[in-house]
Amino acid sequence: MFISIELVYIFLGIIAIAGSIYTFFDRNNPRRLTSGLFYLLYGISLLLGKVIPSFYMGLLAIVLVVLVGFGGLGKGSYGEASLEERKQNQKRLGKWLFVPALLIPILTVAGTTGLKGVKVYGTFLFDQKNLTLVSLGAATVVALIVGLLMTKSKPAVAIKESRRLLESIGWAAVLPQMLATLGTIFASAGVGTVVSKLVGHVIPTHSLFWVVFAYCIGMALFTMIMGNAFAAFPVMTAGIAIPLLIHQFGVNANHVAAIGMFAGYCGTLMTPMAANFNIVPAALLDLKDKNRVIKVQTPTALIILGVNIVLMYLFSL
Amino acid sequence: MVLIGVAIVIIGFIIRLNPLLVVTVAGLVTGLVAHQSLYEIISQFGEAFTVNRYMAVFIATLPVIGLLERFGLREQAESVVSKIKAATAGRILMLYFFIREVAAAFGLTSIGGHAQMVCPLIAPMAEGAAEAKYKKVPEDVKETIRAHAAAADNIGVFFGEDVFVAVGAILLMQGFFAQNHITSDPLKMALWAIPTAICALIVHFIRLFLLDRSLDRKLRNIDNAEVSKKKEA
Repeated sequence: MFISIELVYIFLGIIAIAGSIYTFFDRNNPRRLTSGLFYLLYGISLLLGKVIPSFYMGLLAIVLVVLVGFGGLGKGSYGEASLEERKQNQKRLGKWLFVPALLIPILTVAGTTGLKGVKVYGTFLFDQKNLTLVSLGAATVVALIVGLLMTKSKPAVAIKESRRLLESIGWAAVLPQMLATLGTIFASAGVGTVVSKLVGHVIPTHSLFWVVFAYCIGMALFTMIMGNAFAAFPVMTAGIAIPLLIHQFGVNANHVAAIGMFAGYCGTLMTPMAANFNIVPAALLDLKDKNRVIKVQTPTALIILGVNIVLMYLFSL
Repeated sequence: MVLIGVAIVIIGFIIRLNPLLVVTVAGLVTGLVAHQSLYEIISQFGEAFTVNRYMAVFIATLPVIGLLERFGLREQAESVVSKIKAATAGRILMLYFFIREVAAAFGLTSIGGHAQMVCPLIAPMAEGAAEAKYKKVPEDVKETIRAHAAAADNIGVFFGEDVFVAVGAILLMQGFFAQNHITSDPLKMALWAIPTAICALIVHFIRLFLLDRSLDRKLRNIDNAEVSKKKEA
């Protein structure tokens, strides 16, 4: 393939590393050296992920955590445009500002649907396994070029602005990857089987309703612990749904799976462990309380969880 | 014993330690309790860290979004909305939620996202609508509106995407059942996702309707209180 997912990671790495250079020289950041080191190492992990052996990558990840854990991340000055400057620029460009912003979703969708299976000289143009991610990466590059031309800015301006945004996210940027790592370790240590056995002991297995209840609540809870419904699904389904719902009560697997997965998603909405959905946006939106998004989502999540239990029970009768 | 990692995570979050630190310690301890060597555990960290780099893909959007923000993208989003009389924070988020869920149901999950849609466009639009309507909006209320914008994105895409047959979740479920010798049908799984998807739409629309109502209650009063103060003066 011509454009692979690795190429996208290289792009991400360059963004982080280029930003870190400014951080090293940012005299307004009381922790400029450790902050710079954090973004530099993070950039290297993105850029060279394929080349660095797992053990050294693991050490690098732990260094990142140590830098954060000992308060090594500081905020600097980002030379951002003042409100007046932004308003002035806005008047000049007006609605045209939306063009590069909307190019991102439009081109991503176009790439995902239009470049499926497209070959040039016998080779796939885009990485077929990661079509969405590669399309998104390519779309942002095109949007960036259009944006630079439109605003007549130098690329350095974009780097400085991305540094401002990345540093406002700070350590939360690394959290999703670290959580996924924890999920892997939980899985290899057998946490899932222990949890599903525990749940199996607690519920009265003769009552269809309580089994459905336990499965849905179990999916939500285990998703909250793992931060990912995909990790919870095999564990809870093997522990509760297959032996009890499908084999004992003879319930149809299709709706059990569909609704069970949704019960897991309700958990995703209520946990800081799903950092990329809940914590990263809170950082991006500059919310003081990083759990604000979760708090807003929880009422909807609980109601839909209840709805899921009722629906699964009714469909299973 | 292996549950000790889960306990560390829960306690760590409750006493508000840095989540990154908590998660790493929980991983190390869980691995050690399960009798893995330190070398093995660190290698697992490294491998998973590399495999999950896709979660960092939002960074790709930062240069162009940052650039556009410098040139007034947020202000433009606010001002476009403020010209529409019928726009309220809740209604804008309802519209976005609807588009997000329906698009996801047709497999178009890449319409939306926090870094590229919510932060530069949707959140400023919702805030702009509130500001146009009530003039003064306290910072805390603005944060609530922004948090709602992120929530609309998450809830919309989660409960929409499983209605699409070829989505990762459906393929995962089918693969899992095939491993366990149980027959399942992706098309039927997608169909069974529809009732919950509709319920999510109704429930969240009601919540956004209530958001508008509570904004009305809170902010109208601020306005009135100030007006009456002025009268007294």
